[in-house]
Amino acid sequence: MSTLKTLNGNQAIAEAVRQIDPDVMAAYPITPSTAIVETIAKFKADGLITGEFVCPESEHSAMSVCIGASSAGGRVMTATASQGLALMWEMLYIAAGLRLPIVAAIVNRSLSAPINIHGDHSDTMGARDSGWIQIYSENCQEAYDNFIQAFRIGEDLKVRTPVFVGLDGFIISHSLEVIQVEDDAKVKKFVGEYKSVYPLLDTSRKMTVGPIDFTDYYFEHKRNQMEGIENAPPVIEAVGKEFGQKFGREYGFFEEYRMDDAELCIVVMSSAAGTCKDAVDELRSDGKRIGLLKPRIFRPFPHEKIAEALKKMKAIAVLDRSSSPGAFGAPLFTEVRSALYDYAERPHIVNYVYGLGGRDIKVEHFKEVALKLEKIAETGKVEEIYGYINLRE
Amino acid sequence: MKKETWKELTIGTINLDAGNSVKNLTGTWRSGKKPQFIEEKCIQCFFCWLYCPHSAILVEGDEVKGINYDYCTGCGMCSVECPPKEKAIIMVKEEAKLAEGDAE
Ligand code: SF4
Ligand code: SF4
Repeated sequence: MSTLKTLNGNQAIAEAVRQIDPDVMAAYPITPSTAIVETIAKFKADGLITGEFVCPESEHSAMSVCIGASSAGGRVMTATASQGLALMWEMLYIAAGLRLPIVAAIVNRSLSAPINIHGDHSDTMGARDSGWIQIYSENCQEAYDNFIQAFRIGEDLKVRTPVFVGLDGFIISHSLEVIQVEDDAKVKKFVGEYKSVYPLLDTSRKMTVGPIDFTDYYFEHKRNQMEGIENAPPVIEAVGKEFGQKFGREYGFFEEYRMDDAELCIVVMSSAAGTCKDAVDELRSDGKRIGLLKPRIFRPFPHEKIAEALKKMKAIAVLDRSSSPGAFGAPLFTEVRSALYDYAERPHIVNYVYGLGGRDIKVEHFKEVALKLEKIAETGKVEEIYGYINLRE
Repeated sequence: MKKETWKELTIGTINLDAGNSVKNLTGTWRSGKKPQFIEEKCIQCFFCWLYCPHSAILVEGDEVKGINYDYCTGCGMCSVECPPKEKAIIMVKEEAKLAEGDAE
């Protein structure tokens, strides 16, 4: 039976891990994801999970253990954040290149320097070309739901690609929320059994995993790898629908909030989308035709669907919780803007970077953005295409 | 050797034909020089066999017998390491280089 439990984001992820009980869990604790690893260790000590729990000497080794265990044929998970993810870097590309459906909970946190333990998306955005699927969560419930779906998505035979499930550091990882925790048996059944196609532990077969490629094969193997993530959209859609049928909460590529007759739109991911909903409600009661589009899947980027949803807007603000120094806008902005390029009549679109290092973003900030969008829509002029929110100028 | 298209490859770079690097004739990499084995000067110390990065030293029974030119890249390490004053392996000019596919 489904029960209501008071959990923070880290506990919600650990709860899903307990229910799924992967064959191998390898992780090194780092703030703000430590509690996931701690709780899994406790579950293991209490005999509540049967999988192997490995705590190696670094995140680089944790991801290496995941790669080994997944190549061997196991269902594998890990959790990390920030510098931990950065230390995994070279192994991330190997996991993706070997098409190993490892699931990693990433508690989004800023990158040094300066050292900062709070939430932003610099870590996963930095890994955006590593070949991993990226799913972002607005709250603890979504973190739990996304983490369960991640196994189904990554392990699908056509996909076989590793998956990040992002949840904002502290704002989600450490905030208590009453969430619907589904029945153990139902979650297990939903996730199903994992079958590796070429397990290394099958000694009856001679094979090599991760051989060297010269100029004559590397390109073909990389193209072959891309096919996995490119096959993901219909799987993401089907899994999100099935999750809705089984548990009553359906998921797609993004959430549209009060977008029906909207002329102005704010695009923002993760926890800030929750605050944005309140701002949109207040603006709506003032008669403003504004809505929110909250991307859930960042890789593979649902460019056609997002463009379709946004093409009629008069003005759009894309809010990024990471920066891309020297680029023409931050990561989410460049994707959204590029997606709209093929339309003859394109909306005005601006980019604001917010919340780096855990800096607050409040309802009033979204209202300021709305004011700027109104002005752009009225005048048809964009004065600044790129700006910052809640920064001392 | 016919090379697969990206669609024909096994996913995840997995190679179901383990050990197929023998098909990679590294001897085609030689440019200009090749080692020549002079049996009567050889003291059978096996240094060449130890040092050769391509396992291209031919051994029959307990004795070094020559060079496997299918895989010898002509790096010259065996000749440098060969201890006798009058070396049992010397580098000589290559007359006609092995072309890819010659040994198939
Ligand atoms: S030249 Fe180099 S590759 Fe050739 S036999 Fe000597 S050591 Fe081996
Ligand atoms: S290093 Fe020279 S002497 Fe020693 S085994 Fe090889 S060829 Fe013979």
